Amino acid sequence: MTAERATDNPQVSEEGLQDSMDTLQDSMESRQHLLGSVAAQGVSKVFLPNSTSKVTALEDINLHISPGSFTTLIGPSGCGKSTLLRLVAGLIHPTQGVVQVNGKPADQARKDRDYGMAFQTASLFDWRTVRKNIELPLELMGWRRGARQQRAAEMLELVQLPEFADSYPSELSGGMQQRVAIARALAFKPTLLLMDEPFGALDEMTREHMQAELLHIWEETNTTIIFITHSIPEAVFLSTNVCVMTPRPGRISTQIEIDLGKRTDDTREREDFFASIVKVREALRSQEST
Amino acid sequence: MPDIRWWRKKILLACTGLAGLVALAGLYSLYKVIGRALDDGQRDWWFIGSMLPRSDDRNMPPIRDILAEFNQPTREGGDPLWNLIFDGVLFTLREALVGFVLGVVTGMVIAILLMRFLTLEKGAMPYIIASQTVPLIAIAPIIVIWGRKNFDFLPWEWQDWMSVSLIAVYLTFFPITVNGLRGLQSPNPDSKELMDSYAAGWWQTLWKLRLPASLPFLFPALKIAALASIIGAIVGEISSGQSDGLGFLILDFFTKYSTAPERLYAAIIGAALLGLFAAAVISLAEFILNVHRRQVANAQT
Ligand SMILES: Nc1ncnc2c1ncn2[C@@H]1O[C@H](COP(=O)(O)OP(=O)(O)O)[C@@H](O)[C@H]1O
Ligand SMILES: [Mg+2]
Repeated sequence: MTAERATDNPQVSEEGLQDSMDTLQDSMESRQHLLGSVAAQGVSKVFLPNSTSKVTALEDINLHISPGSFTTLIGPSGCGKSTLLRLVAGLIHPTQGVVQVNGKPADQARKDRDYGMAFQTASLFDWRTVRKNIELPLELMGWRRGARQQRAAEMLELVQLPEFADSYPSELSGGMQQRVAIARALAFKPTLLLMDEPFGALDEMTREHMQAELLHIWEETNTTIIFITHSIPEAVFLSTNVCVMTPRPGRISTQIEIDLGKRTDDTREREDFFASIVKVREALRSQEST
Repeated sequence: MPDIRWWRKKILLACTGLAGLVALAGLYSLYKVIGRALDDGQRDWWFIGSMLPRSDDRNMPPIRDILAEFNQPTREGGDPLWNLIFDGVLFTLREALVGFVLGVVTGMVIAILLMRFLTLEKGAMPYIIASQTVPLIAIAPIIVIWGRKNFDFLPWEWQDWMSVSLIAVYLTFFPITVNGLRGLQSPNPDSKELMDSYAAGWWQTLWKLRLPASLPFLFPALKIAALASIIGAIVGEISSGQSDGLGFLILDFFTKYSTAPERLYAAIIGAALLGLFAAAVISLAEFILNVHRRQVANAQT
């Protein structure tokens, strides 16, 4: 059990364990600065190592993500972006090296439910209402009904869809479905949000709207976000850090810091926004020629 | 909430069903008229007359007579036929229902085992398919004999109708296993990875993801299984010499066909109504469980 989640779990707080929580508070001070951090050290991933069709998806990945940052992974198809994200999620294990999330092994972080995840397909369960979809992770964690409903309502407020609580996913547009998926990923207030091309299937207008929405959520929740995209403007607009990846074998070739301050609609037309786009594009280009 | 469109569709369906029944009765009567004309004229147009089934009142009693027969007692001072058939339907329904429930549970358990142990699917599937090629008539008496001899360890007394239920299970589980397995395997990789990302256990994934996802696959199979359980029960009764139920009535009226052919037809109508009833109950359950939700929504967009 992580002490961090104790404050967030209504079952624990309802039982009035204030005293023991205070002691937990002390012991977690030491790990506090690691909350929402991700570290990959010398990570390689080889699929089907013993077969003729073996694939070296990632080689020697070193990555440090600080709490509260917004990191984007960008690169051509097949360069291992999803693989890297799934390693961070502890869904697959590295062939070499270690991945640490919140200062512990990725698999442990998964078991502790330290992160939420969103995919390109919203992956909502179509037999559940929007509200019930958001409650799914809370059900799995054994939350009580009242607490679940309250949190689901909060999350719907956050993604600005409160009037759709009792709708079914099929009644929602693609953008709305994606917002529900984000609400579900954040329902238990994880310290980390992993997103694999979540806006890839949306049209340009909806996409820009969703980007603004996501930044709003990021500011409000102070969650660390790792985000995969194919779109350079999207990467620049959203992130504090852009990791440019190269294929065969997958590596992180360049890391670019983006400092655009608080994003607004005007940011998209600013000189330094374009300058950053050029920087990322050149980083992507340079790997093609070599 | 079901919208007007949904109701309109269902009412239309009911009307088509009724129209179909009327058309069937019409065809039956029309065939009799044509056949009579052929017989009366003693003319055999290019042998067609001798190849077609005979249409006299003994071989094909008029629909009017069949319907009238429902009200006649089968013996002096006895209950009218419809009463007898109704009792038979109830008796067979009990066997079929027990067989259906056991069959669905068995079918789902097998499907879950096959899904859990993929190698089992490869190894066991041929046997499961082969099991369905063994003729029911051949194994029905064996099951009854086994039942009488081998089930005395049970806390209740084994009765022959329970063996008939077992025969129904044998037909029922198969469609459930096949479609259930497809349904359990239907969730896409993202959904499964989502459950993994929540560190959900195998049972949680089964309960929250795989089983609900399998429902749309399961309902068509449930309809087939419901009808199969009735067929299994009727055939089971006939081939194991029961003295109750629709199967018994069919066999009984068959032996007395020369004196009262209408009764056999009446029993067949009873069996058909039982089948329609079973299909209707499953459809209702499907409606209540909201499985049509997705289709309804898609039809509107
Ligand atoms: N489960 C797997 N088994 C075998 N190869 C895989 C598997 N997952 C990914 N790969 C391979 O690893 C490489 C990187 O894949 P992926 O991480 O999905 O790339 P991206 O998300 O950047 O498009 C690809 O060549 C892909 O074919
Ligand atoms: Mg990918």
